[in-house]
Amino acid sequence: MTTALFRTCPDTGFKIDLKVDKLIKWNAVTAIVFLMVGGVFGLGVAMTRWPAVHLLPADWFYLALTAHGVDVLLVWLIFFEMALLYFCSAILLNSRLAAPKVAWVQYGMMLVGALITNVAILQGDSSVMFTSYVPMKAAPAFYLGIILFAVGALMGCFVFLGTLYIAKKEKTYEGSIPLVTFGALTACIIAIFTIGAGAVILIPTLLWSMDFINYIDPLIYKVIWWALGHASQQVNVAAHISVWYAIAAILFGAKPLSEKVSRTAFFLYILFLQLASAHHLLVDPGLSSEYKIFNTSYALYLAVLASMIHGLTVPGAIEAAQRKKGYNKGLFEWLRKAPWGNPVFSGMFLSLNMFGFLGGISGVMMGTEQLNIIIHNTIYVPGHFHGTVVVGTTLAFMAFSYWLVPTLWQRELVFPKLAKWQPYLFGLGMGMVSVLMMGAGTLGVPRRLWDMSYSDAAMPYEFPAAAFLMMGLNGVFALVAGVGAIIFIVQMVGTVMWGKKKVPAAAAPETAAAPAAPARTPEASAVSSYGSAGTMEVPGTFVLALIFLVTFMLYYFVNWKYLSSVWGLS
Amino acid sequence: MSDQNTGAQASPEGGGEPIPVMQRILDNPFLLVFLGVTIPSVFYILWGVMEVLAIPNAP
Ligand code: HEM
Ligand SMILES: [Cu+2]
Repeated sequence: MTTALFRTCPDTGFKIDLKVDKLIKWNAVTAIVFLMVGGVFGLGVAMTRWPAVHLLPADWFYLALTAHGVDVLLVWLIFFEMALLYFCSAILLNSRLAAPKVAWVQYGMMLVGALITNVAILQGDSSVMFTSYVPMKAAPAFYLGIILFAVGALMGCFVFLGTLYIAKKEKTYEGSIPLVTFGALTACIIAIFTIGAGAVILIPTLLWSMDFINYIDPLIYKVIWWALGHASQQVNVAAHISVWYAIAAILFGAKPLSEKVSRTAFFLYILFLQLASAHHLLVDPGLSSEYKIFNTSYALYLAVLASMIHGLTVPGAIEAAQRKKGYNKGLFEWLRKAPWGNPVFSGMFLSLNMFGFLGGISGVMMGTEQLNIIIHNTIYVPGHFHGTVVVGTTLAFMAFSYWLVPTLWQRELVFPKLAKWQPYLFGLGMGMVSVLMMGAGTLGVPRRLWDMSYSDAAMPYEFPAAAFLMMGLNGVFALVAGVGAIIFIVQMVGTVMWGKKKVPAAAAPETAAAPAAPARTPEASAVSSYGSAGTMEVPGTFVLALIFLVTFMLYYFVNWKYLSSVWGLS
Repeated sequence: MSDQNTGAQASPEGGGEPIPVMQRILDNPFLLVFLGVTIPSVFYILWGVMEVLAIPNAP
């Protein structure tokens, strides 16, 4: 009863279920369109927080900030992740997709949900930010759209699990699922928890905004909402780490240094990563220190360990593969001779490094109960998460798109020269945005604040000039990153619509026998099979890891020192 | 052949070598879903909500 139709990808040899092909394409393109919409709002926000420009009036600022959060954090990332789930299950496992109709329901519900929420935000009475803390009340459509969107995403998770199940039953692969698929499974599991928690809190909130319920406790709301809000970031982390592994395999034929270790690291994510939701409640009264410290320290550090393992083993895998090819001189020939002009590589490698150095280190600092107060609710927080979810996840997804889109559509990139620069423009621009927001936050500048000069406030307050300077520079680099984002979108949309059709190179030897499917390339089989590199000889990677650890420790301890001077009460 | 990796079972290579426990756990997506949903539900949500509910009302 296997009615699926397949084609064979001429570049990779992957057998692709035609229905999956279409689903991946629609989810990915929709994701990119919402990245564009959300990015425009982001620029509006950054231009308003640039004190000398102060672009938008207050009500528009909060509207734009809400739309920015929803469209990029939820809509862009989750649509793209749906494409990834289908890719990592059906294509990597060589299988048909379970329940393609349900997958279309996923797509439809997510799209309709995203549109409904966007309309609600644009109507102006739902500027509650994406966190929608009660007792701030948005229009019912705001919550309804998010709920539809989330239920759609849940359908996608079930289709993914179903595909794992039928692939196993129909024996389309042998042994364990490939590591990249395992990473996607991790993302899927965390997503199921995320969406469940979201339903528990957002459905009552919807009823409350429709006046069917008259009270929702703000602290309970916060606890449950952050199970959604934080865990969804861990979906992003698991997904972009899978993408790193996938890109290492696709570009270099790299196998993980140790399958076992990498898998165990993902397993630690499944067990512990979601507990860190409690770091959003560190300064809230009413919750005990035991609760806060268990969830954000003891348990979380196991998950941080897992991240460091991935951060070590991805470049390690690349180093091992490059050394095998003979790039053996000194510590870093393997890295110097990497394809820095290929956006798939440069985007991925920038993502890996900046995620660790900017997002990772700052995250551990903020997640420490005592230190959190230094930066709580300052613009340091958006600085941190533009280091995780933007230069980490978004950049990794962009890098992957540079491979996925030309491969699936069988078209050449429209502006290959420009593509070389794009990851640097977007990545480094955004990296600076992240650093500058963290800098201004350290000086106390609040997040989500329309006017940092407090010109019409009853009690005046003045930030140091350095804070104004940093917020201005932040605007400048936001523009740089914005140009990078626009290039990416033009590149992708252009490639899909006008890219030159690839000539199927594999069709060359047209010999007698039936059109034998081209075998999977070594790279394609590296990404879709189980197995380790079989070496631990990666001295360059160990040096990089050492640099990381030293930076990490210095920064961490400097903040303890800084803590002692925060309360300058006299 | 059974189609699911439950119970002691020979490795697919047919070598008769039993699959290690850890690998059997990691090969069972539904067990992983169970763990990944219950652990945070208990330690984060339930524990947190119980603490909030235990806060006495202001007189
Ligand atoms: C051109 C690209 C971008 C620019 C210029 C930009 C800039 C900004 C700025 C200035 C803020 C406001 C901070 C505040 O006032 O509190 C912000 C908030 C935020 N950004 Fe971005 N961003 C960009 C892309 C992204 C992307 C790709 C994501 C997610 C994948 C993202 C996620 C967020 C979130 C979740 C917030 C918090 C909104 C809130 O506080 O409710 N941003 N962004
Ligand atoms: Cu968090």
